[in-house]
Amino acid sequence: MAAKKIHAIYTDDDLLLQAVNQTRAAKYHISEIFTPFPVHGLDHALGLAPTRLAITSFLYGLCGLTVAVLMMNYMMIQDWPQNIGGKPSFTFYQNMPTFIPIMFELTVFFAGHLMVITFYMRSKLWPFRKAENPDPRTTDAHFLMEVDVDNHDVETLSKFLYDTGASEISLIENEQDH
Amino acid sequence: MSSHYEAPIREPLVLGEKSYQDISADVAAPVLGKANKSWWIVFTIALIAFLWGLGCIIYTVSTGIGVWGLNKTVGWAWDITNFVWWVGIGHAGTLISAVLLLFRQKWRMAVNRSAEAMTIFAVVQAGLFPIIHMGRPWLAYWVLPIPNQFGSLWVNFNSPLLWDVFAISTYLSISLVFWWTGLLPDFAMIRDKTKSPFQKKIYGILSFGWSGRVKDWQRFEEVSLVLAGLATPLVLSVHTIVSFDFATSVVPGWHSTIYPPYFVAGAIFSGFAMVQTLLIIMRKVSNLENYITIVHIEYMNKVILLTGGIVTVAYATEYFVMWYSGVPYEDYTYLSYGAATGPYWWAFWALIICNFVVPMTLWVKKYRRNIIWTFIVALIINIGMWFERFNIIVVNITKDRLTSSWTMFQPTFVDIGTFVGTIGFFFVLFLLYARTFPVIAQAEVKTILKSSGEKFKNLRAKHGNDVSHVRALDGGPVVEKPVASQNVVSDNAKVDSLLSTIGAFNPDVEEQDDLKLINGVGPVMEHKLHQIGIFTFDQVSRMTDREYDLLDEIISEFPGRAKRDDWAGQALILKNNK
Repeated sequence: MAAKKIHAIYTDDDLLLQAVNQTRAAKYHISEIFTPFPVHGLDHALGLAPTRLAITSFLYGLCGLTVAVLMMNYMMIQDWPQNIGGKPSFTFYQNMPTFIPIMFELTVFFAGHLMVITFYMRSKLWPFRKAENPDPRTTDAHFLMEVDVDNHDVETLSKFLYDTGASEISLIENEQDH
Repeated sequence: MSSHYEAPIREPLVLGEKSYQDISADVAAPVLGKANKSWWIVFTIALIAFLWGLGCIIYTVSTGIGVWGLNKTVGWAWDITNFVWWVGIGHAGTLISAVLLLFRQKWRMAVNRSAEAMTIFAVVQAGLFPIIHMGRPWLAYWVLPIPNQFGSLWVNFNSPLLWDVFAISTYLSISLVFWWTGLLPDFAMIRDKTKSPFQKKIYGILSFGWSGRVKDWQRFEEVSLVLAGLATPLVLSVHTIVSFDFATSVVPGWHSTIYPPYFVAGAIFSGFAMVQTLLIIMRKVSNLENYITIVHIEYMNKVILLTGGIVTVAYATEYFVMWYSGVPYEDYTYLSYGAATGPYWWAFWALIICNFVVPMTLWVKKYRRNIIWTFIVALIINIGMWFERFNIIVVNITKDRLTSSWTMFQPTFVDIGTFVGTIGFFFVLFLLYARTFPVIAQAEVKTILKSSGEKFKNLRAKHGNDVSHVRALDGGPVVEKPVASQNVVSDNAKVDSLLSTIGAFNPDVEEQDDLKLINGVGPVMEHKLHQIGIFTFDQVSRMTDREYDLLDEIISEFPGRAKRDDWAGQALILKNNK
């Protein structure tokens, strides 16, 4: 499905944003957009769902806090309680004030690292992975909008995209080609 | 578009007539170009210092900590001084990238990359000292809570020294991923820009295959924001915990409840001084004066002034409380009459002059915006903050409660060599970074170009806030309406008049030429020329001033372009070469 695509290149972010709105209003399907920098409001214009990474980060933070509590409770209270500088070590509750720094640090450690790892996995980013931006200029100053041809007329669609301000338009026959 | 509006009173953060391409080119230039002579000279000096320090470290580890100047009274001296100094320096980067991100400060974008690099390199230096101080660094893993062969001998979670282990390793690793995540789009830019296959391969690996999809950017921004939210309390916690190393003890001068906020302010103070030191040089060497402007320097000076003020208030508080307590031991602490007039008077006054007196000059706007003076002040603060830690550690413990054990501290060549070595190591890392990394977060700077770029500010000043920001990127002047909605061929009479002199195109007998070969004609322009009916070099070559004017009237986006680039002349050559 959707083997034929049109790549429309724009040279300006405002133009792109306007083109996205026009293209969506004309009921064409935008399958992907590559931009050199985060264009403010583009995800909204495309109707993308908000990302849930922040929620995962919160959950990871809770995991980190739990790990810290369980670890220190086991090591300092259960396994081998010691009298260190007269700090009470009989219950977790009594000894807890000195555990707060590490509870905090491990919360941050888990929340930060696991969220970033999740981000890399979800966006498929890791060493030796091949970049998939179809045009190398999209990391520099060009904006590429990929529109599905589907059953639309290629000529009409191209003309339409020209009118939205695209500076270059190319027809991509098969996704595997690039 | 009014969404790019920024109060005109704010000074531009990107100077010059910059376009998006220019930003990429300027940031990539140091990476794609060759190192100059001065880079090699400084790098060699740094490398020699590093190797000397490495020799001192090997000597320390193989012989023992006895090669340092420590004695039975002074058990912590330069090593911990250097440790706290480096950790403190490592505070500016995350402050700039995290706290200023939360406050939506646009100026951070030009300096955050280098400040974070500096943070990471400084924390690496800091981490070296406790590890060397262990004496047997190969057993450093004992600080981790791992099951071991000594029965249930766990690490002591009540100790601030262990908190340090967790705080600093969390800080280092979180700063690293924060830095790297921000680097991905910039590595990708270099990957796609470079012509060398080797660089393409390396930056391809480093960029993790970043493609710049809209969803990736959405996640990228969310991750940056959440990491900033996490790193903000983290950066405050790190130096708080470092200060606990002292504050939780019962040594006079150390046992002070104001240490945590005072240390954090001092850390940011020294960190910004180091950022100033490095960036003032780097903006010059790497030709980044248009991005790291005098405004950035002034803003950082204001942060220095604020944190320096906090530190000064803390000094005054310490001095007052120690006097007010009436306890004789407190009269020898690092901020007291005894310290100011005792054997370490020079260290006391170095602290006061470097951290209080000299930075006060930054209240004067003229000095705050003077690059040379800023550089000198930054160097002085770096020295002063080293003395602050030296005074806290050494001066406080040279005179303890037992008068008979009062002594002075003499550093040996190993103490000095190790310290100099870490400075060398730091600069080796930073210089390598400056040659191989995109030193400005170019993707982020591009997002503020339209709101804070000088060119666009001038545009708004001239044409009002609702002016289109679109065409200005191509180098041509502005039109009032976006191109997309404009009917290109607006006046048939003008087109006919134009074609009457240059001749109409007959597709039956003629073949169209690739008009993009003419310098100044891009795909958009070619498209528009085709719409008018111009398809061949022959037609273009017949254009004179009259035709140029007509063309400008028909296609209003590029006035004067055709004449400036002498299209007719170019087309004539192209036609003859056909």
